[in-house]
Amino acid sequence: MLIQKPADIRPSEITSKENYLNRRDFIRAGSIAGASVLAGPALGAIVPDQQRARLADVARSEFSTIEAPNDYEDVTTYNNFYEFGTGKDDPHQNAQDFDPRPWSITVAGHAEKTGTFHFEDFIRLFDLEERIYRMRCVEAWSMVIPWVGISLADVVKHYQPTSKARYVAFETLHDPVRMPGQRRRVLDWPYREGLTIAEAMNPLPILAVGVYGETMPNQNGAPIRLVVPWKYGFKGIKSIVRINFVEKQPQTSWNMAAAREYGFYANVNPEVDHPRWSQARERRIGAGLFAARQPTLMFNGYGEQVAHLYSGLDLRKNY
Amino acid sequence: MNTLQKVRFVGKPLVFLLCLVPAALVVGDAFEITGRLGANPVEEIQDRFGIWGIRFIMITLAVTPLRRITGWNWLLRFRRMLGLFTFFYVLMHFLNWLILDQGLLLSAIFEDLTRRPFIMIGFAALLLLLAMAATSTDGMRRRMGRRWDKLHYSAYAVGLLGVWHYWWQIKKDTSDAWIYAIILSALLGYRIWWRRKLKKNRGG
Repeated sequence: MLIQKPADIRPSEITSKENYLNRRDFIRAGSIAGASVLAGPALGAIVPDQQRARLADVARSEFSTIEAPNDYEDVTTYNNFYEFGTGKDDPHQNAQDFDPRPWSITVAGHAEKTGTFHFEDFIRLFDLEERIYRMRCVEAWSMVIPWVGISLADVVKHYQPTSKARYVAFETLHDPVRMPGQRRRVLDWPYREGLTIAEAMNPLPILAVGVYGETMPNQNGAPIRLVVPWKYGFKGIKSIVRINFVEKQPQTSWNMAAAREYGFYANVNPEVDHPRWSQARERRIGAGLFAARQPTLMFNGYGEQVAHLYSGLDLRKNY
Repeated sequence: MNTLQKVRFVGKPLVFLLCLVPAALVVGDAFEITGRLGANPVEEIQDRFGIWGIRFIMITLAVTPLRRITGWNWLLRFRRMLGLFTFFYVLMHFLNWLILDQGLLLSAIFEDLTRRPFIMIGFAALLLLLAMAATSTDGMRRRMGRRWDKLHYSAYAVGLLGVWHYWWQIKKDTSDAWIYAIILSALLGYRIWWRRKLKKNRGG
């Protein structure tokens, strides 16, 4: 009997941008024909545990930008994820052997529902949506990334935070065996991030479980990570294991590392420079060697949805 | 061939070509022949020329200690070339920033040069290198006499400014910068030790 071993994914199988965009047209065409199906009762999100597995039942979102997404390769080979090294290529190099299963998420703090849940059970209660968002790194480069995820507001509502809960705090897995970058104390592990409840209830933030219609690559924060498109990229905490509803503003990793340079809010703001570099313009990854930097937009261009969250707040002080 | 001829006809052309390898790799990678520059090629070029600028000032500053320790006086004949390559890599680092990164946008360049201390430090190093490169000919050396030596002591300052500039732009992980700081300390420390020794010997 011949037993065939399943082949690993070959580079030739990687979705090209053209195919990917065609796929979107295909979905768009299909969604007109099958609008009633898409609008029907939600089945709940199912996220396979294989790398690069296609995600099913992904709805489109009005919040997606029409800008062309970056190449899959740019998105998955150039990013910061200090748990796998401090170089931009390190996560891609060092996260290949990381196994994001089994995975559980603990919801704790001031909420009616709390507990520890298997990732599969946690995610099943919500619907998958594609959100094509601009991503602006605090280092003054940017990308356009087609995330797939669940609405953070839906998650928060489900767990019913009490009136005492004024912030949502997130934590990354702390496991130096699986995350070799944690063997050096570059940051005070585990990585921590947080949002105000109002920010978390805004319709824009998502807990992303995929990119390009496929499961989240390890180097981008598998199996689940935060995406807050109007804030600098470091707010997008990866490989989340803990969500905590708290009363006081939680400590956040980059703020702990250099408070003068990285604030709690970290809203994209071209008028407030990083102490060591300008935030007025950004380099769009993939634009080519001779492309000029482009102007950075207030709230990364999401002001219409989020500016009201900060009325009366001095954004120069609360950077 | 005597040593002098070997240096001139074999050593120098060989070292010259070797010094060009990092720059050639940037060009080769830009055209995806030898490798790739990755998702952010402008930053990659910036970092590579910058780090080679630092490596070359270290190599240049290593000539004198090595010569004294080994007794190979012919090493001195490579010092000017190595110093000029330091200038070359730092200049390319600067031009990449000016043209590809800032797109020759004068307001942004002026803002960076006047308001960002780590860029001012790097620019100061470039100006010192420019002054040394411009006076690097035999004729200039003869004409300037003692003032030439004084000016070219700024190679030490370039080393200090270079490592400082590198250190200051790092976000968090300073492990690589430490290596350069330690090498520079050894190179400058050697000179302090040597001078003390000379003084002691002279004193009797």
